[in-house]
Amino acid sequence: MVTLPLSSQNTSPHGRSIQIRNVSHFYEHSSGHLTVLKNVSFDVAQGEIIALLGPSGCGKSTLLRLISGLETPTGGKIGVDGVRINGPSPDRLIVLQDSYLLPWRTIKQNVALGFEARNLPIDHGQIDHVLDMVGLLSFSGSYPRQLSGGMAQRATLARALVNNPDILLLDEPFGKLDSLTRMSIQNDFLKLSQSRTLTTLLVTHDVEEALLLASRIIVFTPRPAQIVDDFVINLTEPRHRDNRDFVALRHNILEALGHVF
Amino acid sequence: MITVAKELAPHKKTIGIFSFFKENYTIIGFSSWFLVSLCSFFSLKEHNYPGTYFLIWSSLFFSFFLFLLPFLKFTHNNRIIKFVFLHIRWFAVLGFIIFFWEMVTAYAKLLPLPFFPSPQAVLNIYLTDFFRLSESVLSSLLILVPGFLLGSFLGFFVGAAIGWSKEIHYWLHPVIRFAGPLPAIAWLPIALFIFPTIYTASVFLVVISTAFPVAILTASGVSAVETGYYDVARTLGGSPYFLLRHIALPSALPQVFVGLFMGLGASFAVLIVAEMVGAKAGLGWYMEWAQGWGAYANLYAVLCLMSVLFSTLISILFKVRNHVLNWQNDGVKW
Repeated sequence: MVTLPLSSQNTSPHGRSIQIRNVSHFYEHSSGHLTVLKNVSFDVAQGEIIALLGPSGCGKSTLLRLISGLETPTGGKIGVDGVRINGPSPDRLIVLQDSYLLPWRTIKQNVALGFEARNLPIDHGQIDHVLDMVGLLSFSGSYPRQLSGGMAQRATLARALVNNPDILLLDEPFGKLDSLTRMSIQNDFLKLSQSRTLTTLLVTHDVEEALLLASRIIVFTPRPAQIVDDFVINLTEPRHRDNRDFVALRHNILEALGHVF
Repeated sequence: MITVAKELAPHKKTIGIFSFFKENYTIIGFSSWFLVSLCSFFSLKEHNYPGTYFLIWSSLFFSFFLFLLPFLKFTHNNRIIKFVFLHIRWFAVLGFIIFFWEMVTAYAKLLPLPFFPSPQAVLNIYLTDFFRLSESVLSSLLILVPGFLLGSFLGFFVGAAIGWSKEIHYWLHPVIRFAGPLPAIAWLPIALFIFPTIYTASVFLVVISTAFPVAILTASGVSAVETGYYDVARTLGGSPYFLLRHIALPSALPQVFVGLFMGLGASFAVLIVAEMVGAKAGLGWYMEWAQGWGAYANLYAVLCLMSVLFSTLISILFKVRNHVLNWQNDGVKW
């Protein structure tokens, strides 16, 4: 493994730091290269919740896939605690917009997927605990098709959390939910993330969601994505959509996104 | 108010003769089957053989069974009685069809013999030629079952390999593409000289008629899996084998069963033709033999037997499918 000369090693049991250095990425296309990321650099401290905001299709989801290790950047380096990443790892789990719950498995069996994938004994106590946390314990025997969209996303969250990841990568996880369901799952996620120290990266194009959940918001340009602005959020807790500072920040972020004229 | 809504709902009441038919189908069934029995009884002069006696007694028994059906309240949980109740209109009409068949053949003699025998003559075949018929069924099953199982496994593994590996897909897909559309029976002349016996040649034909559709549908099922499922399993630490075993193959299963269904249908056709052409036993041979002797009652008897046998085999396949895919509540129905 290559050690990046970046921040100091961190040996905390939960939450790790992430280093992103000059990351560029392009896709091979029939008509040449499609550059989606261009020289993106930033650090994520242990336990931070960072929201990545940007116009749709700008490449922020690609960045998340690169951090998850599902794809390798064509340029630059990505490190976790100063160690360059090499492929996907259960320490860095991704939650996608679609739940991708296996339809032939019950919710409990879906949540157990991580144990089976690594040939570990299935920790039923831990599974029940996590299912209880996301409010799905009574649905553990149900099949995914019997669940609503919000419940499916909760199950997906449980499937990731049961593996005790250090880093949680959320790719518009609440994007397809109706606004009421989204609010309630956002609240629950807030409680969850406060109960354990996870480093979280949240890709979203919902500015309010970013302001409600994140401790830092990074705003990207349209494709190829570059960083426009980096906001540290110090709102008084609990955050509220009508708070004056919230509204002001929302205005600033929309301005950074180019949506206030 | 709910009561208002209920009153506004249209009444599903039919009138006149139709309502009588709908509400009294057990009586109608009773009379149709009683007619069959009566009609068979009066045909004894000309048709004095076991089939006629069997028809008289069985239809008499069934007519009284239908008559008593509404009164057999205590047996309503019985599966057979439930089945009869569910299909009562069919049973009632079936009596009339057989009655009509008897009238046309045994009485009016409107249809030329020996091509259109009476129902008692066909029934008689089951009683008098029972041994040869069951031998034929056994002989056909001995080709069909091993051939189908072998073809299914072969098709499943080849299809899974094609769907999973780009390299295997590159080499095998053109083969399947060109050899697949060939009807399996077209291989018969070649199979007959490649294989030492007609039995092995027939099994081979059933194998290829099953393997091709199963392989094609398994391959398409495996390659149609959304990458998101693989992404999730890969981040959770799944190896390529885990992805194949726990994601690709289970998600291909609905398609695999469509392939099995198609393969089973194709193997019935290939089985009968192969037996007609070369074999010394089996249902296809029986048909060929009956036709050669002008024994048309035997022909109808074996035709009915085949339809019952083959639809039972398909029902078994669908039972297995419903058990394996119990998480799925849609798909092909049988």
